[in-house]
Amino acid sequence: MSQPFRLPGGGRIDRSKPLSVTFNGKRLEGYRGDTIASMLLASGSHLAGRSFKYHRPRGILTHGSDEPNALLSVDWRPEKGAGRRDPNNRASVVEARDGLSVSTQNHWPSLETDIGVVNDLLAPVFVAGFYYKTFMWPRSFWDKVYEPVIRRAAGLGEAPEVPDADRYANRHAHCDVLVVGAGPAGLSAALAASEDGSKRVMLADEGFALGGSLLQDVTSKIDGQSAAEWVEAAVAKLDARENVVILPRTTVFGYYNHNHVAMVERVSDHLDEARDGLARERLWQVRAGQVVLATGSHERPLVFENNDRPGIMLAESMRAFVNRYAVAPGRSLVVATSSASAYRAALDAKAAGIATRIVDIRLEQDCGPELAQARSAGIEVLTGHTVIKALGGKRVKGLVVAPLGNGGAIGTRRTLDCDCVGMSGGWTPSVHLFSQSRGKLAFDAELDAFLPGQSAQAEISAGACHGVYDLKAVIEDGAKAGGGNITVEATASFTGFQPVRVLPTDVDPGKVRAFIDFQNDVTAKDIKLAVREGFTSIEHVKRYTTTGMATDQGKTSNMNALGLVAGVLDRPLPSVGTTTFRPPYTPVSFGALVGPARDELFDPVRKTPIDAWAEANGAAFEPVSLWRRAWYFPKAGEDMHAAVQRECKAVRTSVGIFDASTLGKIEVVGPDAAEFMNRIYTNAWSKLKVGGCRYGLMLREDGFVYDDGVVARLAEDRFHVTTTTGGAPRVMAHMEDYLQTEWPDLDVFLTSITEQYAVIALQGPNARKVLEPFVTDIDLSEEAFPHMAVREGYICGVPTRLFRVSFTGEAGFEVNVPADYAESVWKALYEHGKQFGITPYGTETMHVLRCEMGFIIVGQETDGTATPDDLGLSGLVSKVKTDFVGKRSLTRPDITAEGRKQLVGLLTKNGQEVLDEGAQIVADPSAQVPMPMLGHVTSSYFSSNCGRSIAMAMVKNGRARMGETLWVTTPSGFTEAVVAPAVFHQVQGAKADA
Amino acid sequence: MLLIRCPYCGERPEVEFHCGGEAHIARPDTPAEMTDADWASFLYYRTNPKGLHAERWVHNHGCGRWFNALRDTVTDAFVQTYEMGAPRPDAGNASSTATKAA
Repeated sequence: MSQPFRLPGGGRIDRSKPLSVTFNGKRLEGYRGDTIASMLLASGSHLAGRSFKYHRPRGILTHGSDEPNALLSVDWRPEKGAGRRDPNNRASVVEARDGLSVSTQNHWPSLETDIGVVNDLLAPVFVAGFYYKTFMWPRSFWDKVYEPVIRRAAGLGEAPEVPDADRYANRHAHCDVLVVGAGPAGLSAALAASEDGSKRVMLADEGFALGGSLLQDVTSKIDGQSAAEWVEAAVAKLDARENVVILPRTTVFGYYNHNHVAMVERVSDHLDEARDGLARERLWQVRAGQVVLATGSHERPLVFENNDRPGIMLAESMRAFVNRYAVAPGRSLVVATSSASAYRAALDAKAAGIATRIVDIRLEQDCGPELAQARSAGIEVLTGHTVIKALGGKRVKGLVVAPLGNGGAIGTRRTLDCDCVGMSGGWTPSVHLFSQSRGKLAFDAELDAFLPGQSAQAEISAGACHGVYDLKAVIEDGAKAGGGNITVEATASFTGFQPVRVLPTDVDPGKVRAFIDFQNDVTAKDIKLAVREGFTSIEHVKRYTTTGMATDQGKTSNMNALGLVAGVLDRPLPSVGTTTFRPPYTPVSFGALVGPARDELFDPVRKTPIDAWAEANGAAFEPVSLWRRAWYFPKAGEDMHAAVQRECKAVRTSVGIFDASTLGKIEVVGPDAAEFMNRIYTNAWSKLKVGGCRYGLMLREDGFVYDDGVVARLAEDRFHVTTTTGGAPRVMAHMEDYLQTEWPDLDVFLTSITEQYAVIALQGPNARKVLEPFVTDIDLSEEAFPHMAVREGYICGVPTRLFRVSFTGEAGFEVNVPADYAESVWKALYEHGKQFGITPYGTETMHVLRCEMGFIIVGQETDGTATPDDLGLSGLVSKVKTDFVGKRSLTRPDITAEGRKQLVGLLTKNGQEVLDEGAQIVADPSAQVPMPMLGHVTSSYFSSNCGRSIAMAMVKNGRARMGETLWVTTPSGFTEAVVAPAVFHQVQGAKADA
Repeated sequence: MLLIRCPYCGERPEVEFHCGGEAHIARPDTPAEMTDADWASFLYYRTNPKGLHAERWVHNHGCGRWFNALRDTVTDAFVQTYEMGAPRPDAGNASSTATKAA
């Protein structure tokens, strides 16, 4: 029999559906409804991992998501290849499915034989704050020795080495009531809340079966039904209600502002066959009117020597394995407890035919009715006993116990042989989400627990997380939280416990290794040491010892740690306080958080309508703002330099074609459009005639250049504004801001038309010839259509706004056409242009050509501190207008002061040398460091049209330095350059404005 | 994620909004007549209160309209939002309102 510890009957497993998984390369058998943990126990093994620091063998401590020990690397679909493995899955919640391949972590060479266990022998060295104390000197060891060693030892599990091959989805939802947790309180709350069919109710539970603690309850009766029947009826009722969404396998991991709740749903890991494209997980972001927290509670381990030995688990988990999974966690059990609830585990185990004894820390008279019940069931109970230590290495072999006498005296030891221990130190309400919601916790001494106090949001807690433990009260509390009011009859639960921090022992407690935080290997003496060394704040103790800082966030350990600190400090527990609960409640995969925003969807590429043509014609691309733009069009054998020089020549000698579609475009329309333009731009617009264009300059209120571009007046009340590619959204926002907030009296509408119009620039002496055959309803003659004019008509039968403008200095046109027609218009122009040697050019050539003419690019020549005068553009600033945005600032003292940086040209002494853009400029390279800097190079290219390199720069008092030789930094030192006017090329023949 | 009540659209998540700095600082009608110091003050000087702060916000991924908001700079709670041009409301006891909205 491959499952020697499977009980012959019972459980919520489906015995008709056997399955197997691979565990460390070996076959492990079980049934649908199992977890990996229950399958492992069914095989008779508890060993499930090695601890983080000491590499101690560890078993399965819990049956839920609070599991600190049994962390597995899981390959969810090994048959589908790499990329579906992730580390640190808790064996206690991984739903068994045929074909899973799981392996244990943190050991070498194997789980059974781990060299790292040497750390356990060195434990006296690895005390609290070990890292802080040890890796200090010598300094030279920091990078070369300490960091590599620590990095290798750090971290749990192994990060995947290949990209995640799975798909992840996300979804937003709204509901009136979100119930978190589908135990007795949660189910009851959901039932009450959904009674009113108009209320949208969501119920989320992290488990794959709904029912919470009732899933392992085989004895309680609720209104005459068994617990299982009650759960089944409740779920059926909720299922039948159309206003209810039930989400099993869904962990609520974050509770944010205004009832914004984040949860992750495990969609397909449990499916035998997941169809292609089905997401693995789904991230839900829910905005709930009301949140009901029914998150239950966590059982506390007992703290005694070697309490971490495999085979020692929480008592309620023992009950869950016996009742829910039909697994005997051992042949001979001992339940060690200070809590009444553990008696239920012992009784159920005994009823399942497993030998069971109870050791109770509480004195006989402090026990409740559970004691008599246990004894009458034939269970041997030792009350008033402490646990001195556990025996055994890779599996517990026995428990050494001793009676507690008067005044702390400890009696004679006695060894209880056993192969499994269920322990319970009481219960800690799961207030994580309540605390995340910024609710204030209140300490309840009676329950020895922090409970939800004052709420900060529309939220209410119910059931065990609310400090309510008796089943009848839990169900009624849930209904109340859901807005109902019911009375049920239910079997009385065993409740109440005696808080114990560290169990009394008869040996020196300073030598005892009793674990508080199992995942981070923190012992009681570590915490005591930290307090002795002066760390009295719980936040400091946490960071110094790392208690509660592992991936389980100390769900099982926090209260024991807090209680211990309070005890050592001799302060009341509430004054020690709690550490902060932060999301996520349990670890969340990066895949779920990222969702579909990866690969091409991570940062979608914005393409122009001409992009496909450019790609087909061999363009090299560069990102510009959010756009992908053609950079240059290399021919076979050409590098970038050769291609750009050829393109530059072609534009000046014949004709080039350029995709300028990314230009920002805004339509300014309305009776007050001209007035609005007057206020926004430095230029005066009133006299611009319909059909005319003007280069406009826009300032911020502080007087610095914000954007520029050509503006066309299409009608008295209609302007077609262009902006820089990167400036389009902010210029639109800037205009809207002024229009809405400063001048709401102006009757103007702004519309972004960037995406609606594509722009094809034809530049060069033959531009008109290329254009002519296709244009109708526009007279293209020089007289009728001069430079800086705009006409509306048709091209290839498509409506166009045709601009006669030039950013190259050559005669040129910019053809605005509706984006959907752009590619076909482009192709027509290109085909016809071939007889003139039409040359497609990219952004690099555009940059060189405009630099040859001394045209600035906002954002390249300017850096947010340049005024129009700094750029030599004061001629564009209206002297007539009394006001426009930025005008007043142009007369501020620092703006008019001497010594501002001004735009000039720079010519290197050696015309073949191209300066670095951004290079610093100084007067005297032998000056003392730090030497006074005069400015920097803003644009620099090799210009084939000029036969030499050209550059623009912002230089202090630049215009007064014409002819002066300055020094510019190079990667190897300095080079000489002469200050010159920022115009390098004289256009021959038919100029732009001829 | 906070919900912010756009006066035109209702409550929407904060990622749809953008803050435009302190509210109720009107652009002067006649900047030319202002002293350099007064103009500098208009340009650059802002209050930085602990507690209620009137701010300009724009629902830029929604209706695109500007409005004003009273926000508590301690709790990050939006106590009230109101239309551009309306006077700053008297929000009463800030801290109690703020706690409710946190």
